[in-house]
Amino acid sequence: MFLIYCPHCEEHREEEEFHAKGQAHIARPLDPDNCTDEEWAQFLYFRDNPRGLHHELWVHASGCRKFFNITRDTQSYEIKETYKVGEQPGVTAAKSA
Amino acid sequence: MQKYSGFGLLKHALSYHENWQRAWRNPKPKKKYDVVIVGGGGHGLATAYYLAKEHKITNIAVIEKGYLGGGNTARNTTIVRSNYLWDEAAHLYEHAMKLWEGLSQDLNYNVMFSQRGVLNLGHTLQDMRDIERRVNANRLNGIDGEVLDAKQVSEIVPIMDCSDNTRYPVMGASWQPRAGVARHDAVAWGFARAADQLGVDLIQQCEVIDILTEDGAAIGVETKQHGTIHADRIGCVVAGNSSVLAKMAGFKLPLESHPLQALVSEPIKPILDTVVMSNHVHGYVSQSDKGDLVIGAGIDGYTGYGQRGSYPTIEHTIQAIVELFPIFSRVRMNRQWGGIVDTCPDACPIISDTPVENLFFNCGWGTGGFKATPGSGNVFAATLAKGEAHELAKPFSMFRFHDGSLIDEHGAAGVAH
Amino acid sequence: MTSSNHVQPNRLQNGGRIDRSQPVTFEYNNKTYPGFVGDTLASAMLANGIDVVGRSFKYSRPRGIIAAGADEPNAVLQLGATEATQVPNVRATQQELFHGLVAKSTNGWPSTDNDLMSYVGKVGGRMMPPGFYYKTFMYPQSLWDTYEGFIRKAAGLGRSPVENDPDIYDQINHHCDVMVVGAGPAGLSAALAAARTGARVILADEQAEFGGMLLHSDELIDGQPAQQWVSRVVGELVGLENVTLLPRSTVNGYHDHNFLTIHERRTDHLGDLAPKGQVRQRMHRVRAAWVVLASGAIERPLVYANNDVPGCMLASAVSTYIKRYAVVPGNQLVLMTTNDQGYQAALDWHDAGRKVVAIVDTRAEPTGACVLEAQRRGIELIKGSAVIEAKGSKRVNGVSVAAINASGERVTGNIRSLFCDTLASAGGWSPAVHLSCHTGSRPEWREDVQAFVPGKTVQKQLTAGAINGSYRLSACLEEGVRQGVLAAANAGFGQQSDDIVEIPSVDGEVEQTAPMALFHVPHTKPTSRAPKQFVDYQTDVTAAGIELATREGFESIEHVKRYTAMGFGTDQGKLGNINGMAIAAKSMNKSIPETGTTIFRPNYTPITFGAIAGRNCGELFDPKRYSAMHRWHVENGAKFEDVGQWKRPWYFPKPGESMQDALNRECLATRESVGILDASTLGKIDIQGKDAREFLGRVYTNAWAKLGVGKCRYGLMCGEDGMVFDDGVTACLAENHFVMTTTTGGAARVLEWLELYHQTEWPELEVYFNTVTDQWSTLTISGPNSRKLLSELTDDIDLSGDNFKFMDWREGTVAGVPARVFRISFTGELSFEVNVQSNYGMQVWEKVFEAGKKYNLTPYGTETMHILRAEKGFIIAGQDTDGSVTPMDLGMGWCVANNKPFSYIGKRGMAREDCVKPNRKQLVGLKTKDPQKVIPEGSQAVADPNQPIPMTMLGHVTSSYYSACLGHSIAMGFVRGGLDKMGESVYYPQADGSVIEAEICSPIFLDPKGERQNV
Repeated sequence: MFLIYCPHCEEHREEEEFHAKGQAHIARPLDPDNCTDEEWAQFLYFRDNPRGLHHELWVHASGCRKFFNITRDTQSYEIKETYKVGEQPGVTAAKSA
Repeated sequence: MQKYSGFGLLKHALSYHENWQRAWRNPKPKKKYDVVIVGGGGHGLATAYYLAKEHKITNIAVIEKGYLGGGNTARNTTIVRSNYLWDEAAHLYEHAMKLWEGLSQDLNYNVMFSQRGVLNLGHTLQDMRDIERRVNANRLNGIDGEVLDAKQVSEIVPIMDCSDNTRYPVMGASWQPRAGVARHDAVAWGFARAADQLGVDLIQQCEVIDILTEDGAAIGVETKQHGTIHADRIGCVVAGNSSVLAKMAGFKLPLESHPLQALVSEPIKPILDTVVMSNHVHGYVSQSDKGDLVIGAGIDGYTGYGQRGSYPTIEHTIQAIVELFPIFSRVRMNRQWGGIVDTCPDACPIISDTPVENLFFNCGWGTGGFKATPGSGNVFAATLAKGEAHELAKPFSMFRFHDGSLIDEHGAAGVAH
Repeated sequence: MTSSNHVQPNRLQNGGRIDRSQPVTFEYNNKTYPGFVGDTLASAMLANGIDVVGRSFKYSRPRGIIAAGADEPNAVLQLGATEATQVPNVRATQQELFHGLVAKSTNGWPSTDNDLMSYVGKVGGRMMPPGFYYKTFMYPQSLWDTYEGFIRKAAGLGRSPVENDPDIYDQINHHCDVMVVGAGPAGLSAALAAARTGARVILADEQAEFGGMLLHSDELIDGQPAQQWVSRVVGELVGLENVTLLPRSTVNGYHDHNFLTIHERRTDHLGDLAPKGQVRQRMHRVRAAWVVLASGAIERPLVYANNDVPGCMLASAVSTYIKRYAVVPGNQLVLMTTNDQGYQAALDWHDAGRKVVAIVDTRAEPTGACVLEAQRRGIELIKGSAVIEAKGSKRVNGVSVAAINASGERVTGNIRSLFCDTLASAGGWSPAVHLSCHTGSRPEWREDVQAFVPGKTVQKQLTAGAINGSYRLSACLEEGVRQGVLAAANAGFGQQSDDIVEIPSVDGEVEQTAPMALFHVPHTKPTSRAPKQFVDYQTDVTAAGIELATREGFESIEHVKRYTAMGFGTDQGKLGNINGMAIAAKSMNKSIPETGTTIFRPNYTPITFGAIAGRNCGELFDPKRYSAMHRWHVENGAKFEDVGQWKRPWYFPKPGESMQDALNRECLATRESVGILDASTLGKIDIQGKDAREFLGRVYTNAWAKLGVGKCRYGLMCGEDGMVFDDGVTACLAENHFVMTTTTGGAARVLEWLELYHQTEWPELEVYFNTVTDQWSTLTISGPNSRKLLSELTDDIDLSGDNFKFMDWREGTVAGVPARVFRISFTGELSFEVNVQSNYGMQVWEKVFEAGKKYNLTPYGTETMHILRAEKGFIIAGQDTDGSVTPMDLGMGWCVANNKPFSYIGKRGMAREDCVKPNRKQLVGLKTKDPQKVIPEGSQAVADPNQPIPMTMLGHVTSSYYSACLGHSIAMGFVRGGLDKMGESVYYPQADGSVIEAEICSPIFLDPKGERQNV
């Protein structure tokens, strides 16, 4: 069970208070009506799903209800950082490589 | 070929079992194959077997980074059923079911397929509406099944608490008598041995690190241990790691890999002779021939390749089991483990060509892959042999996510989505 | 209780840590035996000379006690004096004895001592190599069920109780700075060192007493007997407020981010005698900043022929029984050892006054101090040899000893027979690395200690003592102190250099000489032909079986494990795994590290389901949510329906009424006069901010720009895929203030959905959301007399049709309390939804009933609500939708505003190729040809009822009822292309073979013009 630092509450809390919401940094296309079906599908369904460093969206569901991002190793389950929506990750696959 | 039988066993007993042949060879890979199948789990091995048997393509290698059947084939709760809601899924799983019936004889390997029936419990009025809908659809698709009320459920499983005293009383269930369980390892080994005997090369401890392409077409794989292996066609059947392989070939899949946990109790004397599943309270249980209660948990909500999940998932599952079976409260949990399941947005698999020519994927089985093993291999073999999707595989193209023709099986697929 | 006076033949007159002042009796296989408090069930059984404690599961061979702890594979018993308190598969070595304990062996017929199946095992054993069942029972196919029946008969050890568990269990959460696992010398020193820094320390050990191996050691620490050092340390720890001590507590799981699960057995040592109301077992869920694993090591037995005959034991277990429990488990001992430590068992045996026949050392020239000790006692030492075979069936009666070569691969000398009744073997130690592997770390082989030790980990974990292969007491104590200090320092306590604890000195400790690596004792015959040499006792895995597996190509250690079942027992291979891996490696000409090890997973030892479930079953399985009026519903005979976590009234039967009677009455009363529904459970979300209106326009499919203050509007919500997922009415309270309603089950999901889009996509919009579901009670008053009724309860709201129009809302006073009244209708009748603060809910409800008497005000539940809305063709999200239907599929294109400037959620999704193709399944009304026939919900439509199976299904019935108001059945359902097939027939084949014919029609069965609600 993970121990997660909520960047809004500014403390470590148990995983049971949070929900994982999938890959982070997927922006909704600005002009959906002019997307092709394929482009829309990429937004809607297709994911990086990496084995290793992953940037993912979580929500502090039983806490402050805020969404935020986690950089986590999907194999070792180490959390490298948590950061607010709108911020960029400090730890990336490119940087750690 | 060495045929397995009771008589053979007796013969070998007389020679102290010193003369058993290898179940499969341990060959060095060739430079080139007609078909390379990446992934030596149940589905990959079944694919190889049916390619060789039904399509007479025997110049095949199955490349496995670990050991045969070591992924989800070795980590599931062995439930086999075909009572899916939508026609596309129901036909595919029923195709598998028909292959299960007779698989031991076909492979000359006892996969211990035991048709002891599966109950899918309903705990709310909406559950019961969904059960009615699914069983009706099954019946008109030629799949066995009936809707039971709480009393009938309690007659089949008298040790289950079907009273009104539980938080979510059992209102009824769907019942598929032909469903059941099989011995998971034996399925991989049976397909492996049968494929090997047809000439398929099973290459273990060989990890694919790249998919080689030329002009938008796949031409082979680069492996860590054995260098380049060329192939006319490549089929990837690597549950859990599909996205990793897709990335090597330069595209994404509509998948997320999640931990799926399971656990067993200590072995106890036979007390439960059917399979009980509940989506609503999130737990399913059967008893193995060894006596263990085999219990499946829900998937964990995060992406994870660690073959382990979080403890609260185990807690919730045990709570559900004790809620359904209060007498199991004093039974003890022996061991838990986790697999990595590719989950698809519609809880249905992908059996498909890809943006890369000659490269095919069979993935996205989520929590329900084991039961499909022979069917999945069978239709994927046909797909690889002909270079176009088998009739039953057509609806499961990865491109259904482009046009929106999803097959939403969340209701029937199992637990905790 | 005459038997309590029986002599315990193997009990020493003195010594041990048993309490001789507290004699007890226990029952084993219906015979009563004496023992003492302080015994384990195993030590008491051995004291009484009980040899056979079980039958092996495959070959039905008699088995005796081998070990003294969690590693015991054989003494696995059924416990419990009553049916409800039965416990299957209790390890006798871990069960403390209590007065009146009742135990039974689990296998064997007619008894464990005389098991007829053993003849089958003897004769058929050769027919049962690993995997034999994969190779047979296949023909004919039809007989598999019969074969399987036989296989299942042999299944299992103990049995589940068949009555409900009378005991209670609970859970407790902890945070600590240093978690120390194991209270042997290393663990105790680590805990003390960490505790003295002020760090919060938890120390857990599976045994009743702290001290580990020191409890039966002769060694001196700081000049005093080790037991005194233990008492002193424990005494200090007990006095420290920052320390939590957990005896009888097994750390069973080490999960990610230093989360550990500890299973504490609080009353199992009292068993059936435990006072009522006490917690039987407790799960401790611990989040530790740092962990020190001091879990010790487990001795390996040697693998030789017939090594499972009762009387074959671990050397360390023999010492434990003698020193700790004052039990010598036999009379004449032969000890076989590969190492110096093993000698201790023979020395202890001799010192207890019984005969040591010989020490058989597999090393050619042992030179350790232990040799001198043995010689000093006059014990015969047979060097460079091994016991290659044990003799006897229900008890060892002799052994065959022969010289072996230096590598231990073959017998080189003649066989010499020795008489004895006990054969202890010492094959070296395997560190208990289990917990260190639980989070995915692989153990590493260390050649110098010939063992796997913990590998690299990402957890904040340290290790001390025997788990590191450090077997000397002084090393255990030193590592304990150092790691305890380091763990505390890492967690922010003390200085690493501080001399917090002086490292205790161990007096007269002698150097150990090198052990011999021997995992498989050779026999004169090849392994395949020698008598069975057991590797894993509980699963009956033999050395021959492992060699056969590798011969058949099962070369991965995981394949070996799975093919032979090695390590799958309840002991999870604690004794056998390393030997098995070594045997597999050797048979493939590989080294042990090349072959690798299998992965240990939780649990270290089994945990009671009840303990894991804790209190979260029954009433507390999931919270129940009640509206403020729930008591009234109960008192008025409501039947309830579970909707999400809510208990909603389903219908209100009167005495003697069937469900259909009640529904008919409720429906008619509402349509004819007035009915009332408790709608409090609907989700309610308060939305404020200057961009609230814009936000609504983006998340609903329809238009919100022009909704005026005081008005309400129905909205549909879709996912980005264009599929409907919720609906409800939203009211404009003020220009920048709305209240949204959602379905009962969807409330939490919708709120999170709104937050998701606001926080991640459109943070620039100024809008705030909060759930107010619990803050408001909602009374839906519906029917032609609803206005009259309501007018008696309010004097500040003008209810007239002209001034309070359909889809308006007003603020005012109802029944004397502030209220929001919405004129909206889910029944098609004139209808008012009265919202009051929840605390007033019951009071208002009761006042409405007082006033409503004269109108025959009738309470109705969800089922009548469903019928009334279906008569009007209104959908219920979740019943008439399933995540695969667009608003157009529902015939609700009127609720989609594609001219909105912003591309609302769902717009692009529902425009995808497959979503706009013709002939999709569409929601229509259905009129049965036989008007009294109600199509069962979930029925599947076909165009041709005579089509052979598989039939082409057109869609299913989502909602179907008998309408008392209309006098016939009504239904809604999906039909492929249904909106273009009005008037056509579809057919619903039923399970009983009948077919129901229905005509496709508009889903609006009643008052299509909406005249009833516009009055």
